[in-house]
Amino acid sequence: MEVQMRNKRLFKALSVASVAALALSGCGSSDSASDSGLPKVEMLKELGAGEGQVNIVAWAGYVENGSTDPKVDWVTGFEKETGCKVNVKVGASSDDMVALMKTGEYDVVSASGDASLRLIYGGDVAPVNTDLVPNYADIFANLKMQPWNSVDGVAYGVPHGRGANLLAYRTDIVKPAPTSWGSVFDANSPYAGKITAYDSPIYIADAALYLMKTKPELGITYPYALDQTQFDAAMELLKQQKPLISEYWGDYLKHVAGLKAGTTVLGTTWQVNINLAKGEGTKVEGIKPAEGSTGWSDTWMISSQAKNPNCAYLWMNHIASPEANAAVAEWFGEAPSNAKSCDLTADKNHCATFHANDDAYWTDVYYWNTATEKCLDGRTDVKCVPYSEWATAWSSLRNS
Amino acid sequence: MLKSIATWFHQRPRIRLAALLVAPLLWLVVAYLGALTSLLITSFYTINTFTGDVIRTFNLNNFVELLTNPSYRNVVLRTLGIALSVTFICTVLALPMAFFMAKVAQRRSQKILVALVLTPLWASYLVKIYSWRTMLEPESGVIDWLLGPLGIRSPGFGFAGIIIGLSYLWLPYMILPIYAGFERLPNSLLDASGDLGARNFYTFRKIVLPLVFPSIVAGSMFTFSLSLGDYITAQIIGGKLQMLGNVVYQNYSLNLPFAATMSAVPIAIMGIYLWIIRRSGALTSL
Repeated sequence: MEVQMRNKRLFKALSVASVAALALSGCGSSDSASDSGLPKVEMLKELGAGEGQVNIVAWAGYVENGSTDPKVDWVTGFEKETGCKVNVKVGASSDDMVALMKTGEYDVVSASGDASLRLIYGGDVAPVNTDLVPNYADIFANLKMQPWNSVDGVAYGVPHGRGANLLAYRTDIVKPAPTSWGSVFDANSPYAGKITAYDSPIYIADAALYLMKTKPELGITYPYALDQTQFDAAMELLKQQKPLISEYWGDYLKHVAGLKAGTTVLGTTWQVNINLAKGEGTKVEGIKPAEGSTGWSDTWMISSQAKNPNCAYLWMNHIASPEANAAVAEWFGEAPSNAKSCDLTADKNHCATFHANDDAYWTDVYYWNTATEKCLDGRTDVKCVPYSEWATAWSSLRNS
Repeated sequence: MLKSIATWFHQRPRIRLAALLVAPLLWLVVAYLGALTSLLITSFYTINTFTGDVIRTFNLNNFVELLTNPSYRNVVLRTLGIALSVTFICTVLALPMAFFMAKVAQRRSQKILVALVLTPLWASYLVKIYSWRTMLEPESGVIDWLLGPLGIRSPGFGFAGIIIGLSYLWLPYMILPIYAGFERLPNSLLDASGDLGARNFYTFRKIVLPLVFPSIVAGSMFTFSLSLGDYITAQIIGGKLQMLGNVVYQNYSLNLPFAATMSAVPIAIMGIYLWIIRRSGALTSL
């Protein structure tokens, strides 16, 4: 009995020790501490032969190979032409995409502005050698070398397309038609309990944009450069908005279903959601309100650990080509990035609807960007709130 | 050759035992406990605020954040409330059903009833919850359509919606253990109690409940722990409400250490729950 007890205790101690050893060995030595400098990553010097496949992380609808709709396919032609088989992983959110790229298993990502800088400073993406991307030359000038896709004059990606976050409203329920973002922040709104907002920390920029136009005394000049006072004001606005919200949407299909059923009648949306809802017979419209809006311009970026760099460059060149860019812009519902695409869209009014050539339209669209401690609007006398604190504040808001 | 190996093992019973146990122990210790331990160790790390890379230095920042931030306290309490409500509702619904199945139904019907109780488990989780979304939809949902003329409105998406959905999902897990418990209850006890003059409720309270209590506890372990960790139901029929699982889900890609800290909470809660159950002695007579 005595021996059995001792053996039992020994066994217990051994198993605890082995588990702990396993876990700790898995953790390994601590990596070098973070440094806020730009990691040095080499860019590809010349294009070699295709490797046979390319692994892509993309937003839903960006890499269509005919499986969703047989007529919607810009992948099969590419695969035949280059011999690079396309394997796509759909990212649910920008945070999801950053995490996926950190694993090093993917070659290319279609990063939005709230992910691109994180990827650049995290050393997860390499600068793009634009000489190796012939179609880069035809991209709209005001999309190239922007704050979210370039650092210190070095391009880190190929611009994909752009869209604005519009204000959706049910035309048969919301009367008169809204003209301002104030309608989703109005505490006395008749539509309280049926308003929606985008479920991501980046939505804080929408609140900041509204304050930028309605409370100039706060001094906000760029919605992604907020010092602590400005940030707290934006969070306060969002706290006041919360009782008005029915659902925060992250999944665009749920959002479309909500608009159709009438559980949400007013709120932030994408043009593609409006198109889908209209397609199902819902009476809905999307407008860019008087204050302007936040928007997004995605960038195709190449991983610093890409196993198939040549196929990756071939893909980036393909998706930026006039034909493919027109096809994806029409399917997804965004303005194309290639100036030549406008002549190739099936709907001749596509570029007009999406304001692809209308530079004036984009002057009050504030593309998603990643907030950093160094203020993005150039201020040096204050520290701005970095994105990680946006995320924690958003999490607190959602959980309160 | 096989015979000599068999003889060798036969002569050494300890090694035989070890060989049998190696595979399941490997799974338990390495895959299960090892993964859990590395998760819990991660909860003591933090991340670089900008790039999101994990900084592997031991500190308690995450736990301080968890305990001092009122919204995280609210989430934990809300999730606990949901789990307890779901357990209570499932118990209340399961007891009469299990009693009927075990004591009142005919032998033939018993098997059919058990099969019927198990059938919802064959349907996908998502299918069931999306069905509930259609039912609970305010104004245009099935509940409003069906019960609207009677003046009953759908509770809509939110706290009530989550509890209804989760109670529906975990009910079979509660019915089956209680059914097994009732089967073991001898009918003669109920007859004797009646003969001695006890009314129905008294019999239930003093005879049936204590004997069936271990089965209720077994069922509650399912409903309680499954509700604690759930996050999909909250996303679909929870409106803007968040549960503990949602916080983990939102943080795991951006801030894995904090997600790990958050997941340590239900582990701790279940540990305390099981300890209470063990102390109450309910498990000894299972």
